[in-house]
Amino acid sequence: MSGKVLLDASALSRTLTRIAHEIIEGNPDLDELALVGIQTRGVPLAHRLARLIEERAGDAPALGAVDITFYRDDVTVRGGEAPLAAQPLVRATQLDFPLDGRTVVLVDDVLYTGRTIRAAIEALFDYGRPARVQLAVLVDRGHRELPIRPDYVGKNLPTSRTERIQVQLVEIDEVDRILLVPTSEEGSR
Amino acid sequence: MSAAAKPTVRLVRDDLRPPKPPPRRHLISVADLTRDDVERLLGTARNFADSLDRHVKKLPTLKGHLVVNLFYESSTRTSSSFELAAKRLSADTLNIKSVGSSVDKGESLKDTALTLGAYDPNVIVIRHPQIGAPQLVARVTDAHVVNAGDGKHQHPTQALLDLYTLQQEVGSLEGLHVAIVGDVLHSRVARSLLQAFELVGTHTILVGPPALLPRDLPAKATTDIGAIRDADVVYVLRMQNERMQAGANFVPSLREYSARWGITPERLRPGQKVMHPGPMNRGVEIDGRVADSPDSLVTTEVRSGLVVRMAVLYDVLTGGPVGVRALAAAEVA
Repeated sequence: MSGKVLLDASALSRTLTRIAHEIIEGNPDLDELALVGIQTRGVPLAHRLARLIEERAGDAPALGAVDITFYRDDVTVRGGEAPLAAQPLVRATQLDFPLDGRTVVLVDDVLYTGRTIRAAIEALFDYGRPARVQLAVLVDRGHRELPIRPDYVGKNLPTSRTERIQVQLVEIDEVDRILLVPTSEEGSR
Repeated sequence: MSAAAKPTVRLVRDDLRPPKPPPRRHLISVADLTRDDVERLLGTARNFADSLDRHVKKLPTLKGHLVVNLFYESSTRTSSSFELAAKRLSADTLNIKSVGSSVDKGESLKDTALTLGAYDPNVIVIRHPQIGAPQLVARVTDAHVVNAGDGKHQHPTQALLDLYTLQQEVGSLEGLHVAIVGDVLHSRVARSLLQAFELVGTHTILVGPPALLPRDLPAKATTDIGAIRDADVVYVLRMQNERMQAGANFVPSLREYSARWGITPERLRPGQKVMHPGPMNRGVEIDGRVADSPDSLVTTEVRSGLVVRMAVLYDVLTGGPVGVRALAAAEVA
């Protein structure tokens, strides 16, 4: 896998620590806090943030995962034609705690068009009525197509549409780093 | 160098070909599925099952899509679960039931399909007494076609929901022993099930009266009801009187049938699971005490039907290789 390394493991770890601090600062009532990772890479990120928050504040926030596959707005492309590629594998949604009254921080790796976040918010509201929803992302690469903005950002990385940001995490990819990959390369997300 | 030259050649060849619409995915026969397809479908069904535990049971997935249920044969479970499955995925549904016995097999089905096709349905679910009816609908409409039972041929969603039920109840399907008991000859369920069991590595034995055991099926067959003792699961088929030609004596009488092949508590080992695709003829192929026992999975099968049919609707619309081979078959037919 070629591609330019934008953040290495230690920079990624520092970035997450800072986000954890900002979440603690922004949410004095940690009992009401829940971190919900968006499948796939948002889930390990949410786990790491929860651990960091527990280490620093003593309280572990509730943890969940949400899969947005059934909430996508591109299930079939216009006119009912089949999509060019098969839909991604559906992963589990796990929200074992009541959402009502909580502050939910959605966690994802890359914020791009905002469509994933829209779908995640819709999925969340089918499970309950959180008091507020915030958004934490490791990378904001711009090109928003919806009025969505993150509350906690690891890194702003302006990109062109022909590039891809690839976040790799030890839990899934055996290495911690963020890559900038040209679109023509295989393995872009 | 050669890697750079290759795409150029392909581009020229693509230019020369007439434009071809992308293949539509259908689910017409279990024979069109691979093991990967089956596992993907069952996995998707599990995810949908999770969504049924929630406060809001409806998913927005197929919003704006139209699912037509076209039933030329009576049905409770299949038609209701397809309708509910489509509704739970936010699709619009149109239910058409035809109850004419003189439905001319070729033209009138074609005309009905053409008429319904004018509404641009995304999926047509069809049940028809004639084998090959789903292929006809696939040929004359632009919809994805799901076979909900065609004659004695196939009932793929029943086979899938039975696999799902077994997977939920006993875990691994590989190496499991299933005895299919009863009227195998007239059973599309048995044909689909046998293929499905073969895909996932489940052993099957057929048990029933000699005249109701076809010889062309790839499974061991016996007339001895004692053979069910070795099975982990006993799958009971319905005596299908409506498919038996008048005057043909497949069994001496229903009473004789139930005496020799009926599933009674005495014939079962404790812990043996019992399945039945429904509707049941209590006292004929299955004893009422068996049907109501805790080892009976009959109501679980109905519940599985909903999530499996949600998965099938989702799958034909969203990709996966389902039915690409079925389409080729439809073009030949």
